[in-house]
Amino acid sequence: MATDTPTDLRSALSRDTMVINLGPQHPATHGVLRVRLELDGEKVLRADPVIGYLHTGFEKTAETHTYQQATTLTDRMDYLAPMSNNLAYVLAVEKLMGLEVPKRAQYIRVLFAELTRIASHLVWLGTAVMDLGAMSLFFYCFREREIILDLVEATTGVRMNPSYFRVGGLAYDLPEGFHSRCQAFMDDFPRWMTSFRGLIEKNPLVEDRLRGVGMLNREQALALSVTGPMLRATGFPLDLRRDEPYCFYDEFDFKVPTRTEGDSFARMWVRIEEMYESLSILQQVLPKISPQGPYMTADRKVALPPREEIYGNMEALIHQFKLVSQGFPVPKGEVYQGVEGPRGEMGFYLVSDGGPRPYRWRARTPSFYNLQSLPDLCRGELVADVIVNIGTIDIVLGDVDK
Amino acid sequence: MILPIVILVVKIVVLIGILMGGFAYTMLLERRLLGFFQLRLGPNRVGPAGLLQPVADGIKMMNKEDLMPTAADPWVFRLAPVVALTAALAVDAVVPFGAPIHLFGLTISLDIANPSVGLLYAFAFSSLGVYGIVLGGWASQNKYSLLGGIRSSAQVISYELAMGLSVMGVLVMTGTANLEKIVQWQGAHHIWLFIPQIIPFLIFFFTAMAETNRTPFDLPEAESELVAGYHTEYSGIRFAMYFIAEYVNMITASGLAVTLFFGGWLGFPFLPPIIWFLLKVGAFLLLFIWVRATLPRFRYDHLMDFGWKVLLPIAFVYFLGTAAFATGVL
Repeated sequence: MATDTPTDLRSALSRDTMVINLGPQHPATHGVLRVRLELDGEKVLRADPVIGYLHTGFEKTAETHTYQQATTLTDRMDYLAPMSNNLAYVLAVEKLMGLEVPKRAQYIRVLFAELTRIASHLVWLGTAVMDLGAMSLFFYCFREREIILDLVEATTGVRMNPSYFRVGGLAYDLPEGFHSRCQAFMDDFPRWMTSFRGLIEKNPLVEDRLRGVGMLNREQALALSVTGPMLRATGFPLDLRRDEPYCFYDEFDFKVPTRTEGDSFARMWVRIEEMYESLSILQQVLPKISPQGPYMTADRKVALPPREEIYGNMEALIHQFKLVSQGFPVPKGEVYQGVEGPRGEMGFYLVSDGGPRPYRWRARTPSFYNLQSLPDLCRGELVADVIVNIGTIDIVLGDVDK
Repeated sequence: MILPIVILVVKIVVLIGILMGGFAYTMLLERRLLGFFQLRLGPNRVGPAGLLQPVADGIKMMNKEDLMPTAADPWVFRLAPVVALTAALAVDAVVPFGAPIHLFGLTISLDIANPSVGLLYAFAFSSLGVYGIVLGGWASQNKYSLLGGIRSSAQVISYELAMGLSVMGVLVMTGTANLEKIVQWQGAHHIWLFIPQIIPFLIFFFTAMAETNRTPFDLPEAESELVAGYHTEYSGIRFAMYFIAEYVNMITASGLAVTLFFGGWLGFPFLPPIIWFLLKVGAFLLLFIWVRATLPRFRYDHLMDFGWKVLLPIAFVYFLGTAAFATGVL
């Protein structure tokens, strides 16, 4: 500290605390989060998250994209749950346009949104337990996630950023044999979950590390706009799938798991239960999806015409040209649409000036709001608990920094 | 007069060779086994089934740049890994690997030294190992290293007492602190000491895991919390020394557990004693690896609670009971 002025030095020496930067390069911050910790021994006096290391400017970038193109930006925010982001965005645009989407496409959206939720929670489970020091579960969780990613890959051709949901429907139809592959996953999954739970719930060390760690009460959670499993772990049963249904979620029968403790253990429990509820929704929605049928709206002002029509039909050619070169105009107005993502409320606020590109494109990403609770969670706890708290908040830095 | 010295030197060289080979292949075994536990293959590219991996690792470690932070205390920084490794190796001097063998009219005992206070010697040196960690953490001038060092010193006082008490029962029952005689006592009485001393044995095993900084007691390095703890700033051969020390400690702890509680080299006569000893040590090493693949890490205040409030009272009560029984009070 050679550059310190004498007064700074004196005040630094009179304090018995140590300031430590946890991150931005650190094995347990799940990306490039930096937490400035003020420690007394190992006790945390202050924990300030410092964000922005992954800031990409998606919101501004989107203003230069057409509405359809901007879908691809949403994948890259919460890269563990790309489909949820897609869903929030395309629903927002469709709401603004008053667009009718085929019911089959909505069901497929539900199917993939829930698969994504399971995949995202699996990554969370593996990494959260790895933060406690147990490595093996991480690999088991990723094996299960691979199966989901294989389903995504079979459908869309990519694994990470599929941009599968488009304004008006879906980019492609389901591939042949999808139903049986998905069914096989659904049949296997409870068995694997039982073995995962065996590693976690029958292990006193895990409970010891999680119980009473990172307490957040309902008032704090609401004041900080915390949503998703974190909020439900404090006893507030907010779930947009049930409370503001979209995509025909009201047709499905599922529970909203809640706990009242508000600690890390409750958050873990809520997420594990949610995976079972997602599985139950999957079991209900899969039979409703007919193997053949429309997957995109019939509105030619939004959907690209089929290729064979383009070569023989003048009108189709014009539609194709207009859509590709300009995009479709969206009526003047503003809209907000939120969906229940794996981490909480994922919402989009859009302002249209009537042109083919958004005037304002604002993403309400759950991790950003949930991360605000970190200082409250960590105050007075130990360094080891900070890691647990970061893990059980379940942040994705792409989602925080966007 | 020259012959005993030659024998001693040969024994030392052989022991260090065994320990280094043991380290290399324990590490390989751990990596392969963890691989299988975790649906991976582990290192299998170098040599048949990856058997030459330790050689490659050794070459790599020796060729790595040896970095030292500018702010570090150069002497202590260099000394610390040496302390850790020396302490780890020195303990094994008193562990009897097998029954004394007779060769060309000479009786050669399979340990380097056989002091009457062998057990005390072993405990003294295994406790010295923590200095390597504390000094390394302190000298690195890195906050994570410092926290690792502090945790290590907090850990050592929390479990050492329980560890010491857990073997007192063995001393009382056998009436000696000489490790060879403890084994011979078990042979003479046809009983392995873990049967009457099962709870002290479990305490010994827990504390030995803590002593070797293995999961679930790997708090000083805690990679998800403290980056790499006390050896964050170490690289190249100095890092390798810490690494070797950890594995040698594991082997030593297994060796002590076998000697004290599982009859050392004793076994059925169809295999030579040294093989029995190595088999038993191997079984313990597997247990260490299995635990690492399964369990998460203790929190350090919980570990201290566990050491002081659970292990220590139990060890003490059991020791009093053993003493009362052995002296005929009960």
